[in-house]
Amino acid sequence: MSISREDIEKVAVLARIKVDDEQVSALEKDLGNILDLVDQLSAADTDSVEPMAHPLDAVQRLRPDEVTETNQREAFQAIAPATEDGLYLVPKVIE
Amino acid sequence: MHNKSVAELSRELESGKISSVELTRQFLDRLKQEDGKYNSFITITEEQALAEAKAADEMRAAGKATAWTGVPFAHKDIFCTNGVRTTCGSKMLENFVPPYDATVTARFRQAGAVCLGKTNMDEFAMGSSNESSYFGAVTNPWGLSSGQKRVPGGSSGGSAAAVAARLVPAATATDTGGSIRQPAALCGVTGLKPTYGRVSRYGMIAFASSLDQGGTIARSAEDNALMLNVMAGFDPKDSTSIDREVPDYTATLNEPLKGLKIGLPKEYFTDQLSPAMEEQVRNAVKEYEKLGATVKEVSLPNAKLAIAAYYVIAPAEASANLSRFDGVRYGYRCEDPKDLMDMYTRTRAEGFGAEVKRRILVGTYALSHGYYDAYYLKAQKVRRLIQQDFANAFKEVDVLMSPTSPSPAFIQGEKTNDPVTMYLEDIFTIAINLAGLPAMSVPAGFVDGLPVGLQIIGDYFAEARLLNAAHQFQQVTDWHQREPK
Amino acid sequence: MQWDIVIGLEIHVQLATKTKIFSGSSTAYGAEPNTQANAVDLAMPGTLPVPNENAFRYAVMFGLAVNAEIGRRSMFERKNYFYPDLPKGYQTTQLEQPIVGPGYVDVDLANGETKRVRIHHAHLEEDAGKSLHEDYHGMSGIDLNRAGTPLIEVVTEPDMNSAEEAVAFAKKLHSLVTSLGICDGDMSQGSMRFDVNISLKPKGSDQLGTRTETKNLNSFRFMEQAIAHEVERQMDILEDGGRIIQETRLYNGDRDESRSMRTKEEANDYRYFPCPDLLPVVIDDDFIEDARSRLPELPDARKARFKEQYGLNDYDAGLLSGDAKLAAFFEEAAAHGKDAKLAANWIQGEFSARLKAEDKSVAESPITGAQLGDLVVRIADNTVSSAGAKKVFEALWTGENDNVDAIIDAKGLKQVSDTGALEAMVDEVLAGMPDQVAQYQNEEDPKKRKKMLGGFMGPLMKASKGQGNPKLFNEILVKKLGG
Repeated sequence: MSISREDIEKVAVLARIKVDDEQVSALEKDLGNILDLVDQLSAADTDSVEPMAHPLDAVQRLRPDEVTETNQREAFQAIAPATEDGLYLVPKVIE
Repeated sequence: MHNKSVAELSRELESGKISSVELTRQFLDRLKQEDGKYNSFITITEEQALAEAKAADEMRAAGKATAWTGVPFAHKDIFCTNGVRTTCGSKMLENFVPPYDATVTARFRQAGAVCLGKTNMDEFAMGSSNESSYFGAVTNPWGLSSGQKRVPGGSSGGSAAAVAARLVPAATATDTGGSIRQPAALCGVTGLKPTYGRVSRYGMIAFASSLDQGGTIARSAEDNALMLNVMAGFDPKDSTSIDREVPDYTATLNEPLKGLKIGLPKEYFTDQLSPAMEEQVRNAVKEYEKLGATVKEVSLPNAKLAIAAYYVIAPAEASANLSRFDGVRYGYRCEDPKDLMDMYTRTRAEGFGAEVKRRILVGTYALSHGYYDAYYLKAQKVRRLIQQDFANAFKEVDVLMSPTSPSPAFIQGEKTNDPVTMYLEDIFTIAINLAGLPAMSVPAGFVDGLPVGLQIIGDYFAEARLLNAAHQFQQVTDWHQREPK
Repeated sequence: MQWDIVIGLEIHVQLATKTKIFSGSSTAYGAEPNTQANAVDLAMPGTLPVPNENAFRYAVMFGLAVNAEIGRRSMFERKNYFYPDLPKGYQTTQLEQPIVGPGYVDVDLANGETKRVRIHHAHLEEDAGKSLHEDYHGMSGIDLNRAGTPLIEVVTEPDMNSAEEAVAFAKKLHSLVTSLGICDGDMSQGSMRFDVNISLKPKGSDQLGTRTETKNLNSFRFMEQAIAHEVERQMDILEDGGRIIQETRLYNGDRDESRSMRTKEEANDYRYFPCPDLLPVVIDDDFIEDARSRLPELPDARKARFKEQYGLNDYDAGLLSGDAKLAAFFEEAAAHGKDAKLAANWIQGEFSARLKAEDKSVAESPITGAQLGDLVVRIADNTVSSAGAKKVFEALWTGENDNVDAIIDAKGLKQVSDTGALEAMVDEVLAGMPDQVAQYQNEEDPKKRKKMLGGFMGPLMKASKGQGNPKLFNEILVKKLGG
């Protein structure tokens, strides 16, 4: 199955990855090849098969509602690209 | 000292013949001198290692030593190390110094082991040749003498190459589709991918959460067992970690193999495999027969679909797992973003390499509206079929054996132009991750002077049996002791 | 043309757990920015979620309270989108198998009817952080303290047909979750937020119209206004022959206007898929029975009891039983004050007015139910007049003194009800006002006479230093002046 330039551009926006025209051409070929590989799946008969999200048939454990964390803002913000007054700074958010 | 195993080094330290500080200095000196040839480390942590060695010597003096106290090793640069930069092979995390430890890291710390640094890897563990690392490709110690630079396999290529080159006796690794076993095979060392859930994933940077599993690379099965003794166990911080007793994996290494039932999946012995490779693998199986094992052919009819299912599931999970790298809270942020969208799209375009971006885009596409059922849901159903194949096989046999990789180490650059050719490197390993089973790669011969790996696959939580089978093989063969020239 | 209004609600209810849904960070409100965001909340590489038991317990309690099926096996999905207040780049939420299945809530309307609003489902999810829009050199600031706070999102069927019904339902839901103790109900802090889906259809038609969603309404008043505004907007468009666009709108309550949120076509592809870091949550019988045993008295039961036990009318019982804290306050006042009806009047009058004037919740009230009860006792036994009682209330409120009787003494608010003493005062005052007495007695119009009586009250209250029982003064006056 091939993937169109338009699809690639759309997916790149969803994934927030900037791609230029040249890259789109390369991706068209590479992603097309990957999707061809993946298309082998369509041959499998999976009519009565339950999808498997996880290798182990285990059940979620729940955690007691107890505060275990302390303030570590200084350590975390020491490795942040931009902070001020304890806030992470980003280009203006417009709703 | 550099040729000694973890078990031997542990005994040397115990006997007091050498201190950990002395041992660590020796390893560090050799590492700094030699690694220029391989580029197997991204970060060497000399200062911390010497401090850890000193603490280990004190721990020993206080009578609190474990088998690992004072023994040098390395972490794959996917495990977060408090205070030591953790890059995951990516520009995105080039300067990322986590203020926390992965659970695996913490466990080695607690055992008193001495971490010499962080090993190179494919970016975000996506690759089978270690050529996608932002910090440069790793060169396989094997084949160098012939003047050719070959890949060590991937994604744990740095760990495998470092162990093969005797820079460290052991290194941690991770395996999502073959990333422990294939590099172990290509570098002539022994690697173990445990059962999904056996080793905590907390602090191990995620690629594909339902497939990722931390594991071990060392030269011998015995050393792998010593590593797993430290790494395995329940972790309340990982919801997918399994609360199940951890045996002493060294305790059963010497069990005889008489009566062991070996299955050879016929789908793994086809023309994808060169006759020379097949011969080595079949010879290894004959060794097992000599040790009293019986061999029969089994079938994994859906194994051929594993690559296709994997290249939907792994990229889909990765596409979400890697969304957190957005330039807001840590890691790379592009220069002078003009608005929010620009910050996201350039940060991610500049911070991720080509293969990572390809997989994010494939995963995004597979999950997007209109394709979910055809790709993601279908892949999950095929995943179930693959798991059932293994379940059926394990009704008949104790372990499965196959080649680890279709060919020995290839020359750098040979497969970088075509992602799909590269993906086929994992044709024999990928199904095991989809099923969540444990598997090892054990050195089993050479083709054209390059190592060949034998893959041994076990049922869930059969790590002790795999290690036992590998150890017994290593008592009667010396492939794992061969040293690259 | 006549139109039917169709309204469905989505309500985000912040759960009053101590910690976040997937980490052990505190959820306390009002902390310094990012001091309650740990490695998991910040989506640091390699970190993993572990769900909070109480989030599930509270969700199940809610499910039981709205007569819903409980999801015995529930799953988490990832909802993928990029936003700076969403650290992982996806929200962990429930899509296919939510914890609470279909249920319903019965709502009493002002016209005396009861309306059943069906709950489609309620699911658990994590809240996002906050973007602060004040200017940091042209940048926005991100605070992730709220990121990971557990929410249940309650989704109703489109069963409401007017703003009044929607608001009545919203208030009922507020009353339910606060009574359950699973949410603090503080809407000014965003503890409950409403999204309103509105569409119109020609009267009697069974074809639903195109709907819009107005997001993030955080007060009942704004919700009512926003619905009225949107109904009018849609009606104008439809009556001009236009078409409604399915979109998300933001309502500005201060200006009573709404606007479309930037339509992000691509952004609607959330690429939901099961979260591989979490396993299916299985809710067994024990868990459900444990949750059931924790259910307190719910508003409907409480209302019935208030009517029965305190003899309140339907309206009073409804008002006092809705809010758990107000109900508790009333019961305390009624227990101390003996006269439940009078306590009810005071709570709905002076007390509520004062809370509202100072923008305080019942929990923040400076006076206790017991104090109000003590005051009610003194009103009922004629120790203080209602004017005096207001002064006592004021002194309690401002904290001048916390004892009702002490305040009455200190302020000299005790009424004189000794008839002999009062008669003597009346005689003395009347003796000093012969002209007015004559005027009164010559007046034939009973209305005017009644008015003229007031002229004697001032001097009488003065003579009694304000302590004479006005009711008794009145009676004595009438008698002395000859009818």
